[in-house]
Amino acid sequence: MIAFLVRRLLQAIAVMAVVALCAFFMFQFVGDPVNQMVGEDATKADREYLRESLGLNDPIPVQFGKFALKAAQGDFGVSYQHKRAVSTLIVERMPATLELAVTAAILAALLGVPAGVYTGLRRFGFTSKLIMTLSLIGISLPTFLIGILLIYLFAVILGWLPSFGRGEIVKIGAWETNFLSVSGLKSIILPAITLALFQMTFIMRLIRSEMLEVLRADFIKFARARGLPNRAVHYGHALKNTLVPVITIIGLQLGSLIAFAIITETVFQWPGMGQLFLQAVQVVDIPIMSAYLILIAFFFVVINLIVDMLYYVVDPRLRVDQPSGGGGHG
Amino acid sequence: MQGDNQALLSVRNLRIEFPNRRGTLVAVDDISFDIAPGEILGVVGESGAGKSLTGAAIIGLIEPPGRIAQGEIFLEGQRIDHLPYEEIRKIRGRQIGAIFQDPLTSLNPLYSVSRQLIETIQTHLPLNEREARARALELLDEVGIPGAAERIDHYPHQFSGGMRQRVVIALALCAEPRLIIADEPTTALDVSIQAQIISLLKGLCKEHGTAVMLVTHDMGVIAEAADRVAVMYSGRIAEIGPVQEVVRAAKHPYTHGLMGSIPHIGHHVDQLTQIEGSMPRLQEIPSGCPFNPRCEEASDRCRVERPNLQGVEQSEVACHLFDAQRVEARAGE
Repeated sequence: MIAFLVRRLLQAIAVMAVVALCAFFMFQFVGDPVNQMVGEDATKADREYLRESLGLNDPIPVQFGKFALKAAQGDFGVSYQHKRAVSTLIVERMPATLELAVTAAILAALLGVPAGVYTGLRRFGFTSKLIMTLSLIGISLPTFLIGILLIYLFAVILGWLPSFGRGEIVKIGAWETNFLSVSGLKSIILPAITLALFQMTFIMRLIRSEMLEVLRADFIKFARARGLPNRAVHYGHALKNTLVPVITIIGLQLGSLIAFAIITETVFQWPGMGQLFLQAVQVVDIPIMSAYLILIAFFFVVINLIVDMLYYVVDPRLRVDQPSGGGGHG
Repeated sequence: MQGDNQALLSVRNLRIEFPNRRGTLVAVDDISFDIAPGEILGVVGESGAGKSLTGAAIIGLIEPPGRIAQGEIFLEGQRIDHLPYEEIRKIRGRQIGAIFQDPLTSLNPLYSVSRQLIETIQTHLPLNEREARARALELLDEVGIPGAAERIDHYPHQFSGGMRQRVVIALALCAEPRLIIADEPTTALDVSIQAQIISLLKGLCKEHGTAVMLVTHDMGVIAEAADRVAVMYSGRIAEIGPVQEVVRAAKHPYTHGLMGSIPHIGHHVDQLTQIEGSMPRLQEIPSGCPFNPRCEEASDRCRVERPNLQGVEQSEVACHLFDAQRVEARAGE
């Protein structure tokens, strides 16, 4: 287990180094940042001074070394556009995105898993077929359309929920949360549903097909032959055996929920990292873009690491440090 | 019709069908047999003869769309083939245990052996966790797992194939069932381990007075373990009788062919007998006796009229050859 963790950590570091390199080269190839920062009437000396103070005149390997070292400490430089530290900007925006993404993930799992089990068990039932048909909508409709439809229905026609923003925000230390005010809670409903819908149908379809597969397995037949109640067979033996692929997918999906909340954040004017990133793209604010790239890669790497560790919890066959195959032949 | 009072299990005129788009396939066609308490009944036949399906029907585990179309199954005089799911579930494991072919896949890989034993014990017996665990340990000891106390919390992948089959047997014995349906219990095992598992099964059942329906295609296993044997062909019983009689003096031409295909030590033969052709597929079962296209002694009657089981010596045989004998015998009286 420890050897495995060390190996995985080294892999994670390698991945992060490659991502940092990509992020770094964005500075080199996407235009001259100095042009973005100074006015039309800046003198050559002004520009040169800025260049020097930003370290843009150093040799490239040195620049990368400095960049990586600073990035590892959470220092991604100063935003060209906002003239503030990128790390501060991101830390301000991160709670919004994380709360949205995690709410969406929990929603997707809470609805997707039972729906998947149900449709897997009663594959020929009317309700199952209805759910499967409806889930096609979730899979095929683009996120922005769902978001706009939801806004139209619940905010414009019914007027039950706000159509944009985070509502009233409560501060706990540096963390700004939605969950402690009524308007904050109301605000998160629509964007979370929008973001969760695709993931939910995805998880549901995955669980369903895994269940269909597992239910054919001999150990399920044997569990029935032992007279175990259906509940134990379905939710214990069968569901647990679908978990390894499901955990993998849910983990990866959580990563992409965070990374690609951009569209939902735009539709709902959600003040998260996605919005920050989109604005940065519009004005070629490289420090923000590269920090975002590194941060998202970091989320993926961490989630993957957690998923790998969960395998150990779920599947005893992977716990190789235990004695195995002992006892010899009967 | 009520089952025989002496029989533990009575199967009467059982017919299992698989409806499909083009019609109905009859996988098991009007079979009847009894298993006495403590008796080991071997059921042999080729793949697709309907032997496993018969076992599945007894414990109510035929996979849809397959269904029991006709017939009755009695366990100790109680009819069990038409029970609601919950009722038959309580019989499974409690009164009828089951062992399947592949011990590698019969156990849930994610649950420890103790957990699988304890959940089965607690499903059927009113024991608390500690008592159930004690019983689980006893069972593992009984099926001959060395160091059961240390191994009880191991996972299936930590056991060898033979050991896993012993665990499966322990699981089948959890609630002291009166009958065990063993579906090819040794087929997936090494030859050297097969004999051990068979003698273990035989010993345990003798000790506990448990009857066994031993489904296999291995005549060696039957000869070793069974008291009586039923030979199935195309969903019907071709011959059923005491194992000595069926093995030594097979009556049905099919059984005869089966026995002829077994090599014997000490008998030198250039070539083993072989039955020409293969068992017909379900949609192609011929009229009359299903074996008639492959039978060297088939007459016109065999192609038209289905033979029913009839008593010959201690056995029952479904073959028209023995109608003639009976007629002759009567004529001679």
